[in-house]
Amino acid sequence: MSTTETNTDIGRPADNNAPMIDADEARRARRVRIENVAQWVLPLIVLALTIWGWDRVVKVNNIPHYILPGPGRVMETLINDWGTLSGSLLVTLKITLMALTAAVVGGVGLAILFAQSRFAEMSFFPYAVILQVTPIISIAPLIFIYVDSKMVALLICAWVVAFFPILSSTTMGLKSADHNLTDLFTIYRASRWQRLIRLHLPSALPYFLSGLRIAGGLSLIGAVVAEYVAGTGGIGSGLAFRILEASYRLNIPRMFAGLLLIALTGVAIYGATSLISYLALRKWHESAVKRDG
Amino acid sequence: MTQIKPLGQRPPILRMQMVDKTFNGSVAALRRMNLTVNEGDFISLLGPSGCGKSTALRLIAGLMQPTAGRITWEDGGAGDALGVVFQEPTLMPWTTVARNVALPFRLRGIPFRAVRDRVEEVLALVGLDRFGGAYPRELSGGMKMRVSIARALVTKPRLILMDEPFAALDEITRQKLNNDLLDLKSRMGSTVIFVTHSVFESVFLSDRILIMAPRPGRVVREITIEAPYPRDLTFRTSVDYAAHARTASDALMAAMGGELLEQEVPT
Repeated sequence: MSTTETNTDIGRPADNNAPMIDADEARRARRVRIENVAQWVLPLIVLALTIWGWDRVVKVNNIPHYILPGPGRVMETLINDWGTLSGSLLVTLKITLMALTAAVVGGVGLAILFAQSRFAEMSFFPYAVILQVTPIISIAPLIFIYVDSKMVALLICAWVVAFFPILSSTTMGLKSADHNLTDLFTIYRASRWQRLIRLHLPSALPYFLSGLRIAGGLSLIGAVVAEYVAGTGGIGSGLAFRILEASYRLNIPRMFAGLLLIALTGVAIYGATSLISYLALRKWHESAVKRDG
Repeated sequence: MTQIKPLGQRPPILRMQMVDKTFNGSVAALRRMNLTVNEGDFISLLGPSGCGKSTALRLIAGLMQPTAGRITWEDGGAGDALGVVFQEPTLMPWTTVARNVALPFRLRGIPFRAVRDRVEEVLALVGLDRFGGAYPRELSGGMKMRVSIARALVTKPRLILMDEPFAALDEITRQKLNNDLLDLKSRMGSTVIFVTHSVFESVFLSDRILIMAPRPGRVVREITIEAPYPRDLTFRTSVDYAAHARTASDALMAAMGGELLEQEVPT
């Protein structure tokens, strides 16, 4: 511009040679980058060191495999016995997923019933709590006596453990709708059904999903515990049954292999439920939204 | 632009007659309130906390029933055609801006695609065309409030109720929204009842101010402001405006018996 020169800096663009990022910013960016990598690398290093240490302890002390097998031996067993173990994995996985599905249906269904009727909630909620606080291991033997099908009995045990977190978190979620939005629905004369579908269920979604994450882990625990109670013999030979069986035969490597598979199943279920939660909420809920800056 | 008749010639749409509202059998939230709302009125309910202004609004909205007295709509049809704006934007976070605005239609069972054009039109009116696909969390506080206003306008309601809608916004955003609200009102010829505890906001926006006092909540005075719409910065800085603000302040002060300074502080 052809104006006379003024002696003020106001409004003048920043010096083009000045660095865009100052030292502070650069340090912060570097720290974030390092943390992002470390988040993955550090646990892997710990894992590798643990396995290496385990292997050394076994090799150096010449520990026999029927007391403590080395990691190589466990992997070997896992591969050699894959035929048996994979079948058992499928059985456990099937019971776990069926129980989780039943827990979702039952938990959400009951929660909706409670939300529709205060009296239903008053009548039944205390018993849901009692069911939850009684250790499954003490109920399971009775269930196995009264239920003929072992499969169904296992399913009931896993369901009892898994459904409560879904019920309680969804019940809370259904009550958590914004008061003003609730008023708005009243003003616009929304029907009971519209309220449920358009207001209460979406409001409850984040709560339900956090219940689901807990229930996913619990349904596996329920399935495994019930299998232990059911013990050996009969059908329904899941992973827990394999571990028990292997312990009677002092087949320690196989016990480790079974344990490893159960742990991995738990991790996979947690990962899957977390992913579902993230996908469902990433657009709008603070828990899933990435912060910029 | 919809022509609004001068004060005194507007047909009435809603009457409150000797309305009382008592909570828990003893707390008088509102006592003997009379109000005739005419088509095209911009009425402010001005008063400190606890003077019953929000209670009055909730009664008109049908969210609660009066303890005594009557609220009647002129043509018998109840508050079917209401638009409401709360102090918070009150949007559904799980869905887009456009679908939030379409909510009043959806609750009448009208599918979204049938009202998409109308939604776009209203979003353009509040300056948010291009934001229909955004989620509420992506918007600033002022923009969210615009969405809330768009939702209240979308069905062309006969009466729009606003409960301290701009109280939580910063002063600059608030003035901008005040201007835009008047512009919208002039264009659509809407009838508005606006609850506020700001003297200046009420004088700038309304043609009728009801001054309310607490314990028990009641209307103590009505002030009429004849200044024509659209009002702009010229009005904000006029002698007229200052005089009206003075009158309203004094009336409020008198109603409060001098405790105004303590009460006027927004919570």
